[in-house]
Amino acid sequence: MEPVLEINDLSTHIQLSRSVVQAVGNISMSIAPGETLGLVGESGCGKSMTGLSIMRLLPNGGKVVGGSIKLSGVELTKLSDADIRDVRGNEVAMIFQDSLTSLNPTMNIGRQIAEQVRKHRHVSRAEALERAAEALSIVGFPNSKERLDNFPHQLSGGQRQRVMIAIALSCDPKLLIADEPTTALDVTIQAQILGLLDDLKQRLGMAVLLVTHDMGVVAGRADRVNVMYAGRIVESAPTTELFTHMHHPYTQALLGSIPLLTQNRSERLFSIPGIPPDLTDPPPGCRFAPRCSRATDQCRTEEPALEPATNDHHFACWHPVDGPIVRTTIAVNGTAPAPAGAGEAEHSDAAPGAPETVAARNGSAAEPAFGARGWQSGEGDDRLLVVDDVVREYPVTSGVILQRKVASVKAVSGVSFTVGRGETFGLVGESGCGKTTLGKVIVGLEKADKGQVALRGTNVTGLRDRQLRRFRKDLQMMFQDPIASLDPRMRVGAILREPMKIQGIGTKRQQDKVIADLLGEVGLPANAVERFPHEFSGGQRQRIGLARALTLNPQVIVADEPVSALDVSIRSQVLNLMKRLQETHGITYIVISHDLAVVKFLADRIGVMYLGKLVEMGTGEDIYLRPVHHYTAGLIATVPEPDPMREKSKSEVGIKGELPSPVTPPSGCRFRTRCPAAQQICAEEEPPFRPFHPGHVAACHFPLQQPIDGGDPLAAQAGTAPTIAGS
Amino acid sequence: MTVSIGEIYEEVQPSDVAPEGGQIHGPRAGWKLALSSFVENRLAVAGAGIVVFFILFSFVGPLIYHTNQNSTNPINAFLPPSGAHLLGTDSNGFDELGRMMKGGQAALEIGFFASLIATVIGTLVGAVAGLLGGVVDAFLMRIVDVMLSIPLLFVILIVGDRYNGATVFSLSIIIGIFSWLVSARLVRGEVLSLRVRDFVFASRTMGASRRHLIYKHLIPNALGVVIVNITFQVADTINLLAILGFLGYGLNYPQVSWGDMLSNALNYLSDGYWWVVYPVGVCLVLVVMAFNFIGDALRDTVDVRLRRR
Repeated sequence: MEPVLEINDLSTHIQLSRSVVQAVGNISMSIAPGETLGLVGESGCGKSMTGLSIMRLLPNGGKVVGGSIKLSGVELTKLSDADIRDVRGNEVAMIFQDSLTSLNPTMNIGRQIAEQVRKHRHVSRAEALERAAEALSIVGFPNSKERLDNFPHQLSGGQRQRVMIAIALSCDPKLLIADEPTTALDVTIQAQILGLLDDLKQRLGMAVLLVTHDMGVVAGRADRVNVMYAGRIVESAPTTELFTHMHHPYTQALLGSIPLLTQNRSERLFSIPGIPPDLTDPPPGCRFAPRCSRATDQCRTEEPALEPATNDHHFACWHPVDGPIVRTTIAVNGTAPAPAGAGEAEHSDAAPGAPETVAARNGSAAEPAFGARGWQSGEGDDRLLVVDDVVREYPVTSGVILQRKVASVKAVSGVSFTVGRGETFGLVGESGCGKTTLGKVIVGLEKADKGQVALRGTNVTGLRDRQLRRFRKDLQMMFQDPIASLDPRMRVGAILREPMKIQGIGTKRQQDKVIADLLGEVGLPANAVERFPHEFSGGQRQRIGLARALTLNPQVIVADEPVSALDVSIRSQVLNLMKRLQETHGITYIVISHDLAVVKFLADRIGVMYLGKLVEMGTGEDIYLRPVHHYTAGLIATVPEPDPMREKSKSEVGIKGELPSPVTPPSGCRFRTRCPAAQQICAEEEPPFRPFHPGHVAACHFPLQQPIDGGDPLAAQAGTAPTIAGS
Repeated sequence: MTVSIGEIYEEVQPSDVAPEGGQIHGPRAGWKLALSSFVENRLAVAGAGIVVFFILFSFVGPLIYHTNQNSTNPINAFLPPSGAHLLGTDSNGFDELGRMMKGGQAALEIGFFASLIATVIGTLVGAVAGLLGGVVDAFLMRIVDVMLSIPLLFVILIVGDRYNGATVFSLSIIIGIFSWLVSARLVRGEVLSLRVRDFVFASRTMGASRRHLIYKHLIPNALGVVIVNITFQVADTINLLAILGFLGYGLNYPQVSWGDMLSNALNYLSDGYWWVVYPVGVCLVLVVMAFNFIGDALRDTVDVRLRRR
């Protein structure tokens, strides 16, 4: 079959004021009708530029300098600007990452879709609107006619992305370029959008170029995958083949550095040393050579070409590898964890051979105590940090002058948990579930409206400024955004000195010593002290952030999305570092992330949050292998895993619908509006926490497993309590 | 063949020579970037050149080109340019070129001094209002609103009338006290966006006081817009001074401003004494324009720094 898109030897350069970025270098690829081609790579590898080159929408200074792009045999690079405008949106459509800025806020969505139809089809206004309504119903908007009048701000992020897809589809394009279509969305919505794209591709027979950094996304959705590194395609293969029999060391290392849900936590993650090359001055040989463990002199001087290994598996490497890195994983009984609705519980297989973790010690050795407000971990000394019934609400005011309080955003509604010394507690949930607010309350950046946070028995939330300042050095924070979290006007030396200066610790010489030691510990060269933050890469900046959090030798570090702004290969470096520093410094972490795999890798115990409430708490294995709450199970089912077999076996969308407004959360169980098992009682009564294993609690009226004590009549009728593992 | 993770580690991390986090090869230092982008802007370089020229002209010039600017000499009135008087003389017989130097001194002194006062007050008020928010913010900003609604020109005219003329010092203070409003608003806006940045949160988790936040984080980071604003402020002040002089409420004799000179010269515009009008006018336009060029270029370089971060 003739390919829809055929790219041959394409090179794209971007002219900067003083240098030229060789963003895309000599790449070739083709996409057949009805095929999804995944284009994966880290940021700056040229994957987005490839998509933009096809559309001729390159940023200022960007230019295709060589090669050809053929769309159904028509050479796009030779078209005039007027002709390419007829191709854009008509034959090739594109979806961008940020649906909020991609839609015009002053136009209703009907007009925005119709605009494109009228540009490319000679139809009347009414016919175009007709077509718009049709497109909207295709992307899953019920009563789409009425929706045409909506403005972008009236829609949620997921709905806006659906509108973007509707615009893209309105003219029946042959090729759809989806550039990180779900990166800005929550996992539950991501699964819905990816499912929609898949479904539409099959129904409409388009070809899709799926550009993403997420191996999990391509694993489930792409037929073939091209891996890009530093402007080059380094490997190209059918998806399953790529994940199981890769030949390029970069592909192998990239996949190896992603924390898996099945990961054995005691093992360090594989990580690629160093950072990607500067594309204004790429290395002469293989571009991966400086970071490659197999590199020889040949790699450093001669660039390998993309050669076929088999018919449709190409790679560019002098010293290929064969297959993935072996890592030990926890036992999953060879099956994927049962998604929502599985009746038989996969209980009591407490990960044979799993290392004894702090949590395991705490959880199984100590007598579990089930307080009225939830589970309290170990006893006495072990209880370093107690979060007790914390409530945080933000007022919603109306009126310019009087500012009457009309409602409140319930960010955190009564969360309790306990963290032991040296333990890592993970908080997962979608954006808007209150996990970040809770983190800020813990370190004292936000006041709690109710409840308390106690460190070593002292209520920190009740302290006044001066006393609080003393406690602050024990409660430090690590931030998500490595750019925003370091003052751009301060040198690294000053940044690391600041905490000691504020707290009045040590002489200048002692401080210098601490700074030098810390830099060494987080793996940065000593000359970093004189540099400004913008001179560092993202991963290096996150190392500085970690060093700063460590400066005061705190007892607790709250890490808010510590790696989500980093590239995959850098992510594992930082994760390993965090673990190592925990061992050497005996820190207690509270890790907040939307990424279940990251939390599971770091945390001994995990709390799952939904709309301001904890719904389930337990060890990583509890949560992953034996989820009790329907939300937890759905979340696990929607997390894209870098494993094509598992991804393709996930048939249904894990969690339906969208997050309700935190201003008016649903009565009773807050998850009931999206829960497959919801019944009348869920709306009337808030489910209490019940134990399911030692240290494993969940709040659900109709849990996926039976609680231990069977005290609840509703649960008791379903069966007997399972045996307790490990006790 | 599969590779075990242990093997790879051996190979990848054989020594402690290279730091684990990699070497630093980011862009050059920020100020260098800013400087090179400033130098690339030809208008800015020209602007800086003009400003430097006028500083030398006004302050060093009189040391080389001696003239009598204290006693009038009607016999010498309206002499055309000649070897003795390079740009001729005015209605009072003062040497025109020497008078322009004197006027330039006043313009630059008042321009810089008033801007300094305005910037210091404006930055502090803006930073405090932005950081504290709430009632303090509302109060300070209402003061700004009220003061913005008072026409500056009237105040200066009234004060000038009441106290029988102004000196460089008093004019600087009056203009300064009424010009901090814009920089206060600018800095407040910057601080509002800065105070929710993570590095400010980080500093707060260390127990930093508000004073520390303002001096160590907020003001240094708002400095970019402040510096840009200073250049525009200087240009505005020089213009304002010219207007005041033109209206006859400028500096008192023996001090002189370019505005006074223009106002005087206007009476003789039709008499063919071009040298009393055009050179001064050109000076004024050049200096104000030069400061605006510099301001524009600085604004761009501040942006460049932000972009490259």
